[in-house]
Amino acid sequence: VTPSEKYTAAAYLIVFVGVLAYVLIIASKLQRIQRQVAALVEQVREKDLHEPAAEGESG
Amino acid sequence: VSRAPRISLPALAGITMGLFAAAIVLVFYYAPVDPDQGLSQKIFFFHVPIALTAYACFGWGAWKALLHLWKRTPGSDLESYVAIHQGVIFGSLTLLTGSVWARISWGVWWVWSDDQLVLFLVLFLFYCAYFMLRYSVPPGVSRENMCAVYALFGVVLIPISFLAIRISRSIIHPEVFTRHGPQMTNGQFLTFCVCWLAMMFLFATLYMIELAGKRLDIQLRELRELLS
Repeated sequence: VTPSEKYTAAAYLIVFVGVLAYVLIIASKLQRIQRQVAALVEQVREKDLHEPAAEGESG
Repeated sequence: VSRAPRISLPALAGITMGLFAAAIVLVFYYAPVDPDQGLSQKIFFFHVPIALTAYACFGWGAWKALLHLWKRTPGSDLESYVAIHQGVIFGSLTLLTGSVWARISWGVWWVWSDDQLVLFLVLFLFYCAYFMLRYSVPPGVSRENMCAVYALFGVVLIPISFLAIRISRSIIHPEVFTRHGPQMTNGQFLTFCVCWLAMMFLFATLYMIELAGKRLDIQLRELRELLS
């Protein structure tokens, strides 16, 4: 492998690794959002479960 | 009210992938090898389009900042921020690929005497400082206004950086696009155009993905506040 080939491959690799790293960051962010949505759904379910009971007690 | 046709994100990602495949094929199988620089000249096909895309990102960010200050368009502050973030990513890639190319062509990783390099670094650092400003001020209208003004100031550096080759008449950083047209063969020029188109589509795709993520984040925060 000549130095010219080595450096050209390195330059192209930098671009692809850079884009891949960005995709990885976005993917981890999406996972975090997914977890937050799941927690919110759980929160709403708990609220739904407790509210009818509270209404029953007052009525 | 008629709206401009908007391309969906999966379609945009698909087009970007297709363009990148075409760009790689053209770079390595179609564009002739430069008799002067040899194979390393092929770095040009990614390095220059990445740099031009970085300018476009900063320009788009400044345009959105102007819209925020001028028309108070909702969401333009976030759009400006995302565009500048993309610009910094493309800017980092420009500096890294440029350094690799400099090493093989000039024998050094960096040349402080070259105006083009130094001005691009100044532009890059200027927009890096945008994030320092943004995250040192509490969220609100004043932060949005400050960031918009800062983004607009930076746009002045874009033409200076872009025209630096013509201004400095540098020998080590040759002028490729002259008044007489591009100083390359038709095959090389076609490859360059496809590569640039691919980079612009990559920017559009990443911009839309990041924007969607940021908007989702804001909506989630609002939902959490409503539920608490």
